[in-house]
Amino acid sequence: MEATSAASDVLRRYALTIGDTSLILAQRLGEWIGHAPALEEDLALANIALDLLGQARYLLSHAAQLQGGGTEDHLAFLRDPQDFLNLSLVEQPNGDFGQTIVRQFLIDAWQLELFERLQQSSEPKLAELAAKAIKETRYHFRFSSGWMVRLGDGTEESHRRVQTALDALWRFTHEMFVASPVEQEAAALGIGPDPASLAAGWASRVEEVLQEATLKRPADVAYSWHGKRGQHSEHLSRLLAEMQIMQRTYPGAQW
Amino acid sequence: MVAASPVEREVWRLLADVPDPEIPILNVIELGVVRYVRDEQERIAVGVSPTYTGCPATEVIQASIKARLQNAGFETVHVDTVLAPPWTSDWLTESAREKLREYGIAPPAESVDSPRRLWSEPTVSCPRCSSKQSERVSEFASTPCKALYRCTSCLEPFEYFKCI
Repeated sequence: MEATSAASDVLRRYALTIGDTSLILAQRLGEWIGHAPALEEDLALANIALDLLGQARYLLSHAAQLQGGGTEDHLAFLRDPQDFLNLSLVEQPNGDFGQTIVRQFLIDAWQLELFERLQQSSEPKLAELAAKAIKETRYHFRFSSGWMVRLGDGTEESHRRVQTALDALWRFTHEMFVASPVEQEAAALGIGPDPASLAAGWASRVEEVLQEATLKRPADVAYSWHGKRGQHSEHLSRLLAEMQIMQRTYPGAQW
Repeated sequence: MVAASPVEREVWRLLADVPDPEIPILNVIELGVVRYVRDEQERIAVGVSPTYTGCPATEVIQASIKARLQNAGFETVHVDTVLAPPWTSDWLTESAREKLREYGIAPPAESVDSPRRLWSEPTVSCPRCSSKQSERVSEFASTPCKALYRCTSCLEPFEYFKCI
């Protein structure tokens, strides 16, 4: 009995780890609505956000069920920043359109690797979600890598901007491949892949596009961020303040 | 497949009255989202697959199915969300494709299993003038299931139901 509840706690925290990454990125992309450079891009970012939100709702609902109380909404709207387990990359501000695209591209390539492997999860709920989500992620990746090439191999200014964004965001990618304690336990139980095993596939996807986009792969840095352990940059607090204010001010409000 | 009981057949008939909220010319059966109908004696269970993970129409569809069946006298209706196998545009029925075209939306151009999809963009025909000369304007459009195209013959923009 105790072994079962320990395993279910690993599953709960693992579902939050990948669910929070989708949720926070969805919220960031939502900030573009009404502001994107063109209507088509506005719709695209909103549509990608919607897919990510769907993943997050599924995972957070499952986590809520496992903890035996509360709902997806409690987890999204009433947790404090240090209880969120998302990758630090997704909480980084949108910057210009180029920076948003770079962030999306780096995450899409990672999600492709993750969902590919997660289809073999010992946990049927995660395997089913991965099989569904990977189809959408392929589409996201096609969109973001298409823009990487257009911007990177575009004008002098678009190239400069997107290279600058890549240089600024690259330092957050290391975290994708370093297992947090939750991911270590999940890997041991066959719930999720060992993050390190995603690195080679991710790098080859990314490098192929960077080459076509005439962009330079930045140097790796030794410093690692720890969003997956609940240690976040200040940006997450501000993002959550906006996302959570309604439910914190008027608990249980609906429309 | 186990042969449907008379009650289950009746439920299938009723489901044909439930429209997709975003493309109302299609009903939920034509959209290919109804996975099963089961008469479990004390309740009716209906399995529904979301088209896209976050598609907001999913909840409306589930509520509409419940309402339609309850109106017809089925008191206890349970709608399950079925994720596996994932919904694909290949599950659109033949009649759905024709209706989409008449409605001005180009239906999916090929099967998701087609090996050609790996190498090239599909040829999307204009739903207005049937020309095969078209170009993609955007990978995304007004709902998750569609992309935006433009016909280079009649110059009209149109929506395309994506292959996924």
